[in-house]
Amino acid sequence: MTVPVEITINGKACAGDVEERQLLVHFIRENAGLTGTKVGCDTSQCGTCTVQLDGVSAKACTVLTVQASGSSVTTIEGISDGVDLHPLQEAFWNNHGLQCGFCTPGMIMAANELLRNNPSPTREEIRHGLEGNICRCTGYQNIVSAVEDAAKAMGGR
Amino acid sequence: MFPAQITYHRAGSVAEAVQLLSSNEGAKLLAGGHSLLPLMKLRLAAPAVLVDIGRIEALKGVSASGGGITIGALTTHAEIASSDLVKQHAPVLAEAAALVGDPAVRNRGTIGGSVSHADPASDQPTVLTALGATFNVTGQGGDRSIAAGDFATGLLENALEENEVLTSISVPSVPSGAGSAYVKFPHPASRYAVVGAAAVVAVSGGTCSSASVVVGGVETTPARASSVEAALAGSDLGDAALDAAAAAVGGDLNGDPMGDVFASAEYRRAMAAVYVRRALGAAASRAG
Ligand SMILES: Cc1cc2nc3c(=O)[nH]c(=O)nc-3n(C[C@H](O)[C@H](O)[C@H](O)COP(=O)(O)OP(=O)(O)OC[C@H]3O[C@@H](n4cnc5c(N)ncnc54)[C@H](O)[C@@H]3O)c2cc1C
Ligand code: FES
Ligand code: FES
Repeated sequence: MTVPVEITINGKACAGDVEERQLLVHFIRENAGLTGTKVGCDTSQCGTCTVQLDGVSAKACTVLTVQASGSSVTTIEGISDGVDLHPLQEAFWNNHGLQCGFCTPGMIMAANELLRNNPSPTREEIRHGLEGNICRCTGYQNIVSAVEDAAKAMGGR
Repeated sequence: MFPAQITYHRAGSVAEAVQLLSSNEGAKLLAGGHSLLPLMKLRLAAPAVLVDIGRIEALKGVSASGGGITIGALTTHAEIASSDLVKQHAPVLAEAAALVGDPAVRNRGTIGGSVSHADPASDQPTVLTALGATFNVTGQGGDRSIAAGDFATGLLENALEENEVLTSISVPSVPSGAGSAYVKFPHPASRYAVVGAAAVVAVSGGTCSSASVVVGGVETTPARASSVEAALAGSDLGDAALDAAAAAVGGDLNGDPMGDVFASAEYRRAMAAVYVRRALGAAASRAG
């Protein structure tokens, strides 16, 4: 059976008829067509599916679409104005904070919340804030440097 | 991975949730979904009906209540970790909440879901048992209260009737002059507690007047360390006294020991003494 849902994604209302068991990450990717949000582990551990749900980071593979109906979601596509990169995106690029790039959207969404709560984190605090995000390529050093750099660019120090 | 087919209801109130549970055989409550949905994806749980209580505002938030605080069942780990009321009345709960999983898990996971799930590797059941908290529930038969230590009845099993909803948790304030602490050995991948130890120690006139010590992760439900508590009472809480008290925990862990590929039952028992010692050291240093 399908049910009607409506979720505001990146400021735009997205309506659809979905199976009640559908996961939010699939609504974002398949119904809204926003494929920046990835499915990595599917077991709630890797963080590649991280989005902002009603203002806080959430793993979209562990939320039902029906649960999120009526909520607002921001995805990686929604953090910049579409012309200039967000300072975090710029900093990941400048610091070589990615290799294959699969973890990057989730890393940036998690880092965005981290910087909102703590505008000038230490390297240790950055590692702690990204605990729910796994990268299989970089070894994390450049990711931490990128977030440090973005914090400076965003005026944290 | 998808859960099996479900019928989803969003409850607007506790009364509606109770009614939906009563009229749908095998229905399950959905709070943050961070324990239930992973189980459903793995087909370890397959409820036909989900009753989502996640938007019931009356179940959210922390308030002061005679001699302590009351925490709504839907209050998230993130809210508890940053709550001034929690830090003031029961700082050990905030300490433990900040150690749950990762930031996204703490944003969605609720204290009510955590205790109802009754996973021995969870943090808050251990802490709430040490604090002597009371769980307030509502069902078809009315309201009742269950002591934290009686709530988990086995691995992933709790004392709730099928139609009951945990609505809030009453936590007595840690007495002034007492120190409290929670320390855990986090699983390296999930950060669940392989072993967790909570301690509350009260001091009067330089000696320990009372102690409450509970160990999680080793048995199927949080285990009260009565031998440790007895060894602490009347002691000076010096290093030698804490060493001796922590070593006594072995005598308290005789129930159903758990072991898995990551940590055998024997290893968990050995680590229990280590983590109880750390919890006692931290709690004693904060007392007085
Ligand atoms: C990657 C990951 C890491 C984690 N790490 C930790 C950790 O380190 N420590 C830790 O303690 N936990 C950890 N958790 C679990 C997390 O804390 C969960 O959020 C919590 O255990 C369950 O809360 P929930 O609101 O998500 O419950 P749900 O998943 O919605 O529900 C869990 C169970 O409780 C029942 N239930 C929920 N609310 C109520 C209620 N009010 N009354 C009656 N029954 C109810 C449901 O029916 C279900 O059976 C982790 C989870 C994940 C996904
Ligand atoms: S896909 Fe959601 S946490 Fe890995
Ligand atoms: S860049 Fe490949 S997983 Fe992080």
